[in-house]
Amino acid sequence: MPTELETPPDDISDIKIDSVGDFTFPERNKYDSGFGLSERTIDYICDVKGDPEWIREFRKKALEVFNSKPMPTHWATKDLENIKFDEFRYYLSDGQKPKKSWDDVPEDVKKTFDRLGIPEQERKFLAGVEAQYDSEAAYSNIKAAVAEQGVIFVNSTEGLHKHPEIFKKWFGKVIPTGDNKFSALNSAVFSGGSFIYVPPGVKVKHPLQAYFRINSEQFGQFERTLIIADEGSEVMYMEGCTAPKFDTATLHSAVVELVALKGAKIQYVTVQNWSSNVFNLVTKRGVAMEDAVVKWIDCNIGSRLTMKYPGVVMKGKRARGEVISIALANNGQHQDTGAKMIHAADETTSNVISKSISIGEGRSTYRGLVHIPKHLKGCKNNTECDALLINSKSRTDTYPAISVRGNQHSTQHEASVSQVSAEQIFYLMQRGLSEAEAMSLSVNGFINDLAKEFPMEYSVELKRLIDLEMEGSVG
Amino acid sequence: MPLSPTLLSSAPNWFQDRATQAWTDFQSLPLPGIKDEHWRYSNAKKIDLESLNSAVEASLEDVERALSCSSGLPETSATFVFVNDQLVASNTEGLPQGVTCISFTDALKSQDDVLQHYFMKREMELGSQKFAALHLAMVQAGTVVIVPKGVTVEKPIEVFHWAVGEHTAIFPHTLIVTADNAAVTVVDHYRSLDEVPGLSCAVADLVGGAGSRITYVACQEMGDVAQAMHLSSAVAGNDAQLKSFQLQLGANFSRSESVSDLVGKGSRSDMLSVSLPLGEQIVDQRTLQNHKAPNATSDLLYKNALYDTSRTVFSGLITVDEGAHYTDAYQTCRNLLNSDTAEANSMPGLEINADQVKCSHGSTSSPVSEEELFYFKARGIPDAEARHLIVMGFADDVIQRIGNDAIERMIHDRVEEKFSRIG
Repeated sequence: MPTELETPPDDISDIKIDSVGDFTFPERNKYDSGFGLSERTIDYICDVKGDPEWIREFRKKALEVFNSKPMPTHWATKDLENIKFDEFRYYLSDGQKPKKSWDDVPEDVKKTFDRLGIPEQERKFLAGVEAQYDSEAAYSNIKAAVAEQGVIFVNSTEGLHKHPEIFKKWFGKVIPTGDNKFSALNSAVFSGGSFIYVPPGVKVKHPLQAYFRINSEQFGQFERTLIIADEGSEVMYMEGCTAPKFDTATLHSAVVELVALKGAKIQYVTVQNWSSNVFNLVTKRGVAMEDAVVKWIDCNIGSRLTMKYPGVVMKGKRARGEVISIALANNGQHQDTGAKMIHAADETTSNVISKSISIGEGRSTYRGLVHIPKHLKGCKNNTECDALLINSKSRTDTYPAISVRGNQHSTQHEASVSQVSAEQIFYLMQRGLSEAEAMSLSVNGFINDLAKEFPMEYSVELKRLIDLEMEGSVG
Repeated sequence: MPLSPTLLSSAPNWFQDRATQAWTDFQSLPLPGIKDEHWRYSNAKKIDLESLNSAVEASLEDVERALSCSSGLPETSATFVFVNDQLVASNTEGLPQGVTCISFTDALKSQDDVLQHYFMKREMELGSQKFAALHLAMVQAGTVVIVPKGVTVEKPIEVFHWAVGEHTAIFPHTLIVTADNAAVTVVDHYRSLDEVPGLSCAVADLVGGAGSRITYVACQEMGDVAQAMHLSSAVAGNDAQLKSFQLQLGANFSRSESVSDLVGKGSRSDMLSVSLPLGEQIVDQRTLQNHKAPNATSDLLYKNALYDTSRTVFSGLITVDEGAHYTDAYQTCRNLLNSDTAEANSMPGLEINADQVKCSHGSTSSPVSEEELFYFKARGIPDAEARHLIVMGFADDVIQRIGNDAIERMIHDRVEEKFSRIG
């Protein structure tokens, strides 16, 4: 199917580094649910997607919950009140099935992803790739070798239709609809996202990857991801997110549920670089059964407001939860991130390491919860939060909550706030670096031990993004 | 007789107006709900306002009993004893000249301008507006200490507040104002004479002038079925050094809210606390270190040793305002969990808006370390004695920061006495 080009092809190598994410192609949507959210919107989405009846009911119930829940502004920022739910479109798609071959992907969509430098080049390395454009997947592929092992990697709609026996068992179980206002919103209008099932004992060697792209103005993206790692299996999932800069607000509200059964290990890596008009309100939680590990590696750059607190419920003995996060807040941005560690079995351990950088008038916030209920034995938590302030108007907050019962646990929490010292900058400048380079190097040093936890390609991208954000922040 | 506002007919008009307004506020303000962030992990319903009675004059016999139990420091410059908010004994012979140290009702007569200027002027930010309003409407007891420029009061001023009778509510007030380069130490004791329900709802405000030093110690030893509330603020001027220490031993529910405003350059505030809850005791502590000026330091250290099914809540916040550069602010809460059913909740927070700031907070919760116990046992010290020594060492670490030997010894002994009740 030849696709007409609406923009002249440009050489990808010509694209300047500072334009990462900030470009857009004309909308060509066959399906558009229109502005606003009502039962009709939900019927529209169900009809277009051919959802089964239980999903339609699930969505409608979620809409009621969403409407009944107040905004959590008694603890969160008042900026949430600026979200006008009537001014978003909740479903947009071109009505095409996801392409299995890169050649079949429409040219402008392909260019979008090429321009971000994501799938094609890395396809050779990755075990599977899924790319989502507005509400639906544009491209989806899994290596034959991985598929032969019985690994399922499809978008959530396909998962729902083709693997209902696994999907239904876990869907909405880790994060119930009523968990918070935005998980209810997602439950009402979710579309896209990944569904992954890894059979017992299978260790997926290379990461599975998804890319989420918002292309349209005044749009809400609500992907829903469900990953189930069966007993003794291992999988790593990486997601990247971008959106162009519009004058109007864009909403991204995902729900991600992870289930690590006995002895399984799931690593979930996010690098998001939303433009600064995006409200990014995401609910992420994993359940770790006996001896299982759930690890969230999270990097938040960009967006107007990000509220994201990945959580792990350690349900089985010796389960482990980890959150490693880096947040960077520039002018007009508020990174409100953190972690929730719920210990629900003996000898469970959790670790939270969070580093944030505030530049210009940016604000970064850490919010954490550690819960160790009574009658458990030998639970351990370690939490470290470090904040770096670059300019005198930069701002940082830390609000952890730690609740421990019983005398057989140990928890520790530490936080520090610091600046890049003038001496350090002087030292580097004396050796021939410009002030900006010196600052960039110091900031990269600050996050270096965490950046090492990211897969190599991502840690390189992360460094590049930080250099970009640091531009013009000094002098 | 349920609570009714205290109408001090001898008080100046402004005071009567404020007290009347406060009573209206108290009645109209809702009791904080569990959704209120300032009451997270806690419950304001633990204070049964309905059952409380206004304090009535104590019998002669009760006054005698209270006086005989009012022993604290070996040497003081002044001592006051209040029973049910009535002054029953005072001795101010040891005070240096020029120092004002009088009861609250006397101060309303003679120190009108000081009270008008400083009396409960700070807005309550940590959740107890309703209880502060109640205090204002009811207050008639307590001490006002004013130390003139350059004067140092060497020996501490010690004040006892006793509650007598079932469901009696007392409202002790403390106001300490030090002029430039003055220094004073004040110790408040809050106690119940018998094991009956009741409430002590105290307010203590410290105002430290430039270069002055205030050490303030509050010992809460209400009865096991009583409740205690302590709302305090400290304002530190240029280079002032304020230190406040809280001992939380009594009451089945005790809540403290402590605010330090560092408004002067180079000022310092130390906020210290030790608590040893047993049984079903709940200790709920909220703090705010508010940095408004550059080069100031605040250092908070709260330690709780928990037993049985007791619970502690610590919620602390450091705020560094724009312009408060070169701030050093530290906040540490440590919980030693000595039973499988004790519960420690910590919410240490930071809000930083300034540059060149050194801030940190830390919170730990853990049992007595097995290694430490082993070390003692290897030296022939039995388990129970080893634990005792470890817990006392844990508490003394904070107590020793008070910086006054006599007070440190007194507090240490009170903790020991409470420790002896552990089964």
